[in-house]
Amino acid sequence: MSVTKTIQQEPVEYQERALDAVCVNESHLTHPWWYNFKYLAVGLVFGVVFVKAEIISWYRIQEMFRLESFHMYGIIGSAIVVGAISIFIIKRFNIKTIYGEEVEFHPKTFNKGQVIGGLLFGLGWAMTGACPGPLFAQIGTGATVIIASLLSALAGTWLYGYFRDKLPH
Amino acid sequence: MSWLTEPWPWYVAGPLIGLIVPVLLLIGNKTFGISSSLRHTCAACFPSGIKFFKYDWKKEVWNLFFVAGIVIGGFMATGAIPDSQNIAVHPDLATDLSKSGITDYSGLIPSQLFSWNSLFSLKGFIIIIIGGFLVGFGSRYAGGCTSGHAISGLSNLQWPSLVATCCFMLGGFIMANLVLPVILNL
Repeated sequence: MSVTKTIQQEPVEYQERALDAVCVNESHLTHPWWYNFKYLAVGLVFGVVFVKAEIISWYRIQEMFRLESFHMYGIIGSAIVVGAISIFIIKRFNIKTIYGEEVEFHPKTFNKGQVIGGLLFGLGWAMTGACPGPLFAQIGTGATVIIASLLSALAGTWLYGYFRDKLPH
Repeated sequence: MSWLTEPWPWYVAGPLIGLIVPVLLLIGNKTFGISSSLRHTCAACFPSGIKFFKYDWKKEVWNLFFVAGIVIGGFMATGAIPDSQNIAVHPDLATDLSKSGITDYSGLIPSQLFSWNSLFSLKGFIIIIIGGFLVGFGSRYAGGCTSGHAISGLSNLQWPSLVATCCFMLGGFIMANLVLPVILNL
């Protein structure tokens, strides 16, 4: 319901943002800024799991891509299964957020970026042995040189934004 | 308390990560995704008049709190429970890495590759800087990373996310098996 309403209200802006699905998902409530600390708490648990399960280990990522270990496949696979069952339950029983809002889902639209960008991302993932989440956790563990990787990833994001209109989508 | 010091198995870590999807949805209608934090940082710090960065990043500030939590979580897990033993590595991987001079398994990441000294060598620069660049550029071009596409997207049965995930894996297979061995021997 609310998705169609948004499309009618701001078609161009919506399509722009829909290419990056996270930016279309927003709560319509406004809260004081410190409400955001609950997300920090979720991130903190995530960071601990990253380290304790060795997900941020460069070796585990190499083993995944060399088919030498089931560990990462088990983690990503079971995360998807739990996530899918959770979303099914939320949709089936129309579970609301803790503030009583309807939970919103936004379909992803296909574009060539998922292929070209996906391949480029995969190359970088196997080099650094980290996707964006583990980069943050690695810095937390004291691997300060990863700050250089993160700044480079920021530069990559910025250059994508700069050249976006010229890239095939 | 051996569960604190031993590495956690996949069937504990995976479901915990999967639970982040409904938790974020239910505590504030947020979609699990991490690479967006890089976009929001660009929008906040260097928008430079680029259309892609012209949006109200303050609405997305939750994502920056989330990644700050990841940094703190990484710090706490390492500081509270220091590793006493070397990380276990598949013997074939260890054999291949030893040919490239990587023999120190005391940390989660190879210190002989990821250090400030290594950054100023050719292979260190390629892996740390070019690798980081590809992660940032590629994830934004693809519209998400492992969390946004592989976990959030596939959990919601989105086929474009399946395409993206397959391409992530293909890129990774090519790099780890064909290109990285060359880079490591530079």
